[in-house]
Amino acid sequence: MDLFKAFGKNKTKSKNVAKERLKLVLIRDRSDLSPRFIEMIKGDIIRVVNEYVEIDSEGLDIKLTRMKREYDNTPVSALVANIPIIKVKDNYK
Amino acid sequence: MGIGKSIVITSGKGGVGKTTTTANIGTGLAMLGYKVVVVDTDIGLRNLDVVMGLENRIVYDIVDVVEGNCRLKQGLIKDKRYESLYLLPAAQTKDKTAVSPEQMVELVSKLREDFDYIIIDSPAGIEQGFKNSIAGADEAYIVTTPEISAVRDADRVIGILEANGINEPKLIINRIRHEMVKRGDMMNVDDIVDILAIDLLGIIPDDESIVISTNKGEPVVAEEKPLAAKAYRNICNRIVGKEVELLNLETNEGKLSKIIKLLFNK
Repeated sequence: MDLFKAFGKNKTKSKNVAKERLKLVLIRDRSDLSPRFIEMIKGDIIRVVNEYVEIDSEGLDIKLTRMKREYDNTPVSALVANIPIIKVKDNYK
Repeated sequence: MGIGKSIVITSGKGGVGKTTTTANIGTGLAMLGYKVVVVDTDIGLRNLDVVMGLENRIVYDIVDVVEGNCRLKQGLIKDKRYESLYLLPAAQTKDKTAVSPEQMVELVSKLREDFDYIIIDSPAGIEQGFKNSIAGADEAYIVTTPEISAVRDADRVIGILEANGINEPKLIINRIRHEMVKRGDMMNVDDIVDILAIDLLGIIPDDESIVISTNKGEPVVAEEKPLAAKAYRNICNRIVGKEVELLNLETNEGKLSKIIKLLFNK
């Protein structure tokens, strides 16, 4: 282990830990939505999308974040969903 | 007249350098020839006076001015070194409720008539004193340090400012320790700008010269050599609309000590 550190190969740099923790805590701070509410939205999105495509519900990631609106650069809260598709269902091909 | 711009310096978290930043931006703008007033709204915990080195000249304060115990001009303290720089100190013996947001709006609109820039030092927190400090502000500069707690509080303040109609606040990242950033033990400028999603106004290195200049009551920006002084001068130039490259935090000293380390394998 020390050998790795000596060569600077130590991947868990403390700033990355800080960044990840900060991102998570800000998601919670920024939303007035309770975790239960997020779970409800998540469940509904899965149900709707599932009608058309088969999704990987394990890899599903839905979160509240902050980004700049494209046309005027105003920062806004955004619900970002990353939904991995396994395959399109046969009857919609 | 009546065209002065009011800017609140705020952060949420305490101890990140709001007052030092206010003093240096105020002084820096005065050095560029603008007429500037720095206003301390931290009632009960006044400090801008000592950072500016004007603590012995205070007769009246912000509460005296808004209550009409003195005229506005009597409340303003002229800087020791710069003709066009003034301080309106906070009251030390009253509490935050001594001034209302409406009174702040009125005060700032009066100051606009005589000054190019009104720089308002906000108290820590998001309570009444903070609300007063933003009431008369056209713009906001958020001071943060590269620490989780400071960035988190900055994010909260950005949200509150936007809810109060102060859009597009600008970010000042203070106390950057370049060596730690290089090792990956401190969040870098891009990390913080990405997370907060607001425009960057400037970066300031962690610099001993800040402590020394505060000891003396002379804002560092007026000194020639310290990197932090250059950082504040850059910020002031950006405020008045000049394009200035981001400060290079790689100091010559740093390079030299690296060479020495290499040579002597230390």
